[in-house]
Amino acid sequence: MLNTSTKTLTGGFSFENTRRNAVLEANLSEKGYSAPNARKTGTTIAGLIFKDGVILGADTRATDDMVVADKNCMKIHYIAPKIYCCGAGVAADAEVTTQMMSSNVELHSLSTGRPPLVAMVTRQLKQMLFRYQGHIGSSLIVGGVDINGPQLYSIYPHGSYDKLPFLTMGTVTFSLPPFFEQTQSEQNLEEAKQLVRDAITAGIFCDLGSGSNVDLCVITEKTVDYLRAYDQPVQKGLREGTYRYKPGTTAVLTKTVTPLTLDVVDESVQVMDTE
Amino acid sequence: MMISARAYGDNGKMKEHHYTGPVEHKFSPYAFNGGTVLAVAGEDFALVASDTRLSEGYSIHSRDSPKCYKLTDTTVIGCSGFHGDCLTLTKIIEARLKMYKHSNNKSMTSGAIAAMLSTILYGKRFFPYYVYNIIGGLDEEGRGAVYSFDPVGSYQRDTYKAGGSASAMLQPLLDNQIGFKNMENVEQLPLTLEKAVQLVKDVFISAAERDVYTGDALKICIITKEGIREEIVPLRKD
Repeated sequence: MLNTSTKTLTGGFSFENTRRNAVLEANLSEKGYSAPNARKTGTTIAGLIFKDGVILGADTRATDDMVVADKNCMKIHYIAPKIYCCGAGVAADAEVTTQMMSSNVELHSLSTGRPPLVAMVTRQLKQMLFRYQGHIGSSLIVGGVDINGPQLYSIYPHGSYDKLPFLTMGTVTFSLPPFFEQTQSEQNLEEAKQLVRDAITAGIFCDLGSGSNVDLCVITEKTVDYLRAYDQPVQKGLREGTYRYKPGTTAVLTKTVTPLTLDVVDESVQVMDTE
Repeated sequence: MMISARAYGDNGKMKEHHYTGPVEHKFSPYAFNGGTVLAVAGEDFALVASDTRLSEGYSIHSRDSPKCYKLTDTTVIGCSGFHGDCLTLTKIIEARLKMYKHSNNKSMTSGAIAAMLSTILYGKRFFPYYVYNIIGGLDEEGRGAVYSFDPVGSYQRDTYKAGGSASAMLQPLLDNQIGFKNMENVEQLPLTLEKAVQLVKDVFISAAERDVYTGDALKICIITKEGIREEIVPLRKD
């Protein structure tokens, strides 16, 4: 065998820097600094099976450590026409995982010639997440309607899954199941929507990592209703003062004018929305 | 995952690693309970404002836990950080104020309270009070005074200061609106009480949008020669 002076290429995650990072973090933490964290969604997500289908619910806050990075992000992702997925955990992981799944599911369903099964999506997701041993930090709730009826699965970052008629995930998992224990699968649409809304609202008020609006996605055999901002339990405060600056407020240090020799062919005016 | 051959022993099995030395279990005596405080000094008034949310981790302990504490008729202190140390520190300050009053037959002035707090904090230099303090009040001449501290007692007199979890969001805004920094051709009018109160409300509304630890309600203590008045404004609860 050749003496390996060339490294064999390994795809996926590279762990070369873990030792260096550990040493750096130890040195830096003495000075009070911490290594940058991947942005997590914080999050409250929930799913519920009712008489005619499945309802998925999510809040809309994305946090960067403890600062709100996005006040109105979308946590309910499309996977297939009748299958949607809520994502919690690392925002990028949830987003990219569900997009990859969506492509795979479309290819698979073209290959089989049949509409996709929720169980198939779950199996592909869990096999991928297990392969990455939990390093892909996304917790997902997959819900949809297929030939076997409405189904709801939750998948954890390490690759385990649960199949249940009601599910909650995210930072406040312990406080929401009591809401859902009261459900029966014979509930009608309005009651079920109200229940999911109540559960997400509880997360929005009681969990610092969740906030802003409630998004719902109602999937039945016939239709899919993506209700973005179904409920807005919190209103933004109204500021009393105006904080606009007059032109000339910012100091101009240098000014360079470069004339371009061009002919005006067409002119159109678009008014800027300044208020 | 690729594993190197060094992980295997002579018998073909993976080597077992056991840590055999003493194990240190870390207990942290501090917790971070969130909260933001702000103080502004005017010509003849001072404002001390704080939000009223008490949190820990991702949970909320209380939505009604203000961080302003009245010390004398002309001085209010705002404390944020570790709630346990805030409570103990304010108890100690109140006891020292009483002692001073009984010995010297007069109340402590804002400047004196600030100097005393600095020595109290430095007294625990090697196991600090995890508290960010801001004192707001009227000085001996009746002008507004703000004193800001770090956890170990370094302090200075300011015109305005923000402390606590959203301080990095509020301080630049105050620098611009009260200090007129980075602006040209702007009429630098002295700050009136009404404008200051409006600014403090707006600034906290903005902080509550982006800082998860700030919210629920805002309590403003307005200190004038007439006394101390309180105003409570609701903030986002999510």
